[in-house]
Amino acid sequence: MKRVIKAAALAVTGALALTACASADGGSGSGSDDGERVNIVGFAVPEAGNKAAAAEFAKTEAGKDVTFSGSYGASGDQSRKVVDTKGKDVDYVVFSLEPDLTRLVDAGLVADDWNAGPTQGIVSSSVAVIATEAGNPLGIEDWDDLTRDDVKIVTPDPASSGSAKWNILALYTYAKQNGATEEEADAFLKKVFANVTTWAASGREATEAFKKGVGNVLLTYENEAILAKQNGEDLDYIVPDHTFLIENPGAVLKDASPVARDWLDFILSDAGQTAFVSKGFRPVGDLDISGIEVEGANDPADPFPTPTSLSTAADLGGWSAINAEWFGKDGEKLRFDQLYAEATKQ
Amino acid sequence: MADTRQIRARKGPVTYLLRAFVIAYLAVLVIWPLFEVAQQTFAPADVGDEGGVGAFWERLSDPSVTYAFNLTVTVAFWAVLINTLFGVGISLLLVRYQFPGRRILSVLVDLPMSVSPVVVGLALVLAYSTGKGWFGEALASVGFYVIGTTPGLIMATAFVSLPLVIREIVPVLEEIGADAEMAAHSLGANGWQTFRRITLPSIKWAVVYGVVLSMARSLGEFGAVKIVSPGAEFRGETATLLIQNRYTNYEEPTAYAAAFVLVLASVLALVVVSLIRKEDHS
Amino acid sequence: MTDTLVAPSGPARTTSRPGGLFRLTPTSGVGLGVALVWFSVLVLLPLAAVVGAAADGGFDRFWSTLADAQTFAALRLTVVEALLVTAVNAVIGTIVAWVLVRDQFPGKRILDVVIDIPFALPTIVAGLVLLSLWGPESPMGINIVNTRQGIFLALLFVTLPFVVRTVQPVLIELDADVEEAAASLGASRVTTFRRIILPSLVPAIAAGSSLGFARAISEFGSLVLISGNTPYETEVASLKILKFLEGDNQAGAAAVAVLLLVVAIVTIVILDLISRRVARRG
Repeated sequence: MKRVIKAAALAVTGALALTACASADGGSGSGSDDGERVNIVGFAVPEAGNKAAAAEFAKTEAGKDVTFSGSYGASGDQSRKVVDTKGKDVDYVVFSLEPDLTRLVDAGLVADDWNAGPTQGIVSSSVAVIATEAGNPLGIEDWDDLTRDDVKIVTPDPASSGSAKWNILALYTYAKQNGATEEEADAFLKKVFANVTTWAASGREATEAFKKGVGNVLLTYENEAILAKQNGEDLDYIVPDHTFLIENPGAVLKDASPVARDWLDFILSDAGQTAFVSKGFRPVGDLDISGIEVEGANDPADPFPTPTSLSTAADLGGWSAINAEWFGKDGEKLRFDQLYAEATKQ
Repeated sequence: MADTRQIRARKGPVTYLLRAFVIAYLAVLVIWPLFEVAQQTFAPADVGDEGGVGAFWERLSDPSVTYAFNLTVTVAFWAVLINTLFGVGISLLLVRYQFPGRRILSVLVDLPMSVSPVVVGLALVLAYSTGKGWFGEALASVGFYVIGTTPGLIMATAFVSLPLVIREIVPVLEEIGADAEMAAHSLGANGWQTFRRITLPSIKWAVVYGVVLSMARSLGEFGAVKIVSPGAEFRGETATLLIQNRYTNYEEPTAYAAAFVLVLASVLALVVVSLIRKEDHS
Repeated sequence: MTDTLVAPSGPARTTSRPGGLFRLTPTSGVGLGVALVWFSVLVLLPLAAVVGAAADGGFDRFWSTLADAQTFAALRLTVVEALLVTAVNAVIGTIVAWVLVRDQFPGKRILDVVIDIPFALPTIVAGLVLLSLWGPESPMGINIVNTRQGIFLALLFVTLPFVVRTVQPVLIELDADVEEAAASLGASRVTTFRRIILPSLVPAIAAGSSLGFARAISEFGSLVLISGNTPYETEVASLKILKFLEGDNQAGAAAVAVLLLVVAIVTIVILDLISRRVARRG
């Protein structure tokens, strides 16, 4: 018995060690066989769109045998990681917010003229929406309803998530649209913040929390809500009459492989945008989407209703102005942080 | 073991009550959840889909999943190798040699066990990231990157499992004493001979436990790796990161399949350790 | 020898002798040098970088981060939950150890292995395992996601082995004759337990509890999928660090991390003191 056990123990240990040795050589390269690879770093939600576009890209001349590797997470965090590693092994980036991309420009990783193209560097767009439990049991219709006592909101945290900032600007511009003064807008935001039950790290993690039954209202991107429905999640979403246009910038790094540039060109082409539309993004550029059915949308044949009024980041003076007023860095408390602190104070 | 005592123990109602309580507690806290995971792993993803072992294999043979497991095993292998060499060396030094600072060092080597994995990741980033780390720029200028690369993953993993080997060897070294080593020494054996012929055989099993424990810990490291790794498919996504990514990305079946493999690996490690413990005692 | 698997059989440091036996030879001196360099690169420098980053903004900045209402609430929740879990473990862990040592029933060996599973299981898998039973698709209709009960349960799961594994070996060593003598002199079972058994177990329970406490304070992986990160409600220290880091507030992350480091150091110092006291007595 003694010998048997001893032998067995040694055999298992040896086997573990051997597997390790065998894979020690292949560890780094086994993902890419022969074709070129585009390494993507992105914010939390465009993975499905990129995958759909990549499948179409593979059918083109430039995209044959190209493989992809994507890292997706909270926009600000992803941007910081790229800078912290000097863009090593990163070819293409797509962020929720412009400042996350300009950080790379400042670090010298992305060319200054990244936004010189016809879409000003924007690769995908969407709008801020309100998602509810299936059937909308609370009867939520507009941003106003979010101040109700029975509402428990799940939203990403602006500290790390770009999505969160879009949502908050949607709320703010809604209040202003209805003639609120700055003080009244602040009061409105505070009332909504007081109803937030979860501040998730990223847009995707917010969806995840909502799926797990936390809260009864989710503030999110339209495409994220459509994607969730495509994946069979039980939720509904409302595109409010007034909302905010979400524009996600993307760029190729200076020393990326040339195929990454082909990839970016493809994303902006009609075929690329069609792939994004199929995953719930609104098209950038002048793609005609009549005839494209978007599964998961409220009306698949007319997936993207035009809101009566749509605010944009440019309306508020652009992202540097917005960040300087609202969202502090490094623990600095600006307008949002103060409202948030007051609203959640206990 | 303590068989005679157990026979002598009085078996009143309290004994049975406690036994029932412990079984129920462990069943609810550990066994039942594990059973649920196994069930989820082999359940069909959708109504009408194929479930069972076939689907399980299919999910695991996806290239990104095999890459993740490959990377995990590679990282664990190097981390364990480094920890074993370091652990044996430092244990010998701590137990057998006199040097200033020995006590402080013996306390410090225990530290990594109690440090939060998130803090480990943060510490490595603050020391070695190219952007803000203390030494990142210097290392980058010679073309060496720690954060976002496999060496970084190995360092994070080695950090968290550092004391496991030492903890096993030190008590054994203390127990056996240095008499045999001194005798060998006085008979003219050199350091290496003494180590190989005298010390190593007596600490052999302690080293094996340490290795198996470190292996189990390394395969499953999550927090520190999450912060250090780029976490992309085919690029730094280890098995544990894959589980989180897939779970949050509408691919729960794959997450459960990968989790099940890690459950099996850790149970296997436990059984191996439990067997060699028994062996060592007899 | 102890039967301990994961919870260390007492800290991995030398308690039996005041100093090592040998003076450093040139070879062992080089070995020590290499070991120290590696230990510094891997552990000491990164941890120093954390302290450095926390100190960067000056003491005021450090203090204002920790005194921020939300951060403070997260720290308080972490400590309170960890204390609760530690208290529960001190009682239940001792009972489990008692049953595993003194009782005899079929399947006991399996339970003995089950105890270690929570430690050997990757933390992210532990979270997934708990969610499969207590999550949104719970067969019992209980959803612990984003509740304090969920955090409590996760911490209870991951800290299960610590007290059990430190108390178990002491119980095995404990001489049953003394208990029988006490019983034959007319002491009731309660008295025997309180006067004879408990005092000898206290150091082990304390050691196991402090290990469990340190683990609970720093736990990350199993909470990622369970805690909803709601400020004031379910946000714990390790997740707060991640949030700070993701929000590009490294000084904030470092400040909380330093606090966790201090807890870790205090814990190992307490363990050191306990083991010294026990060593002196024995």
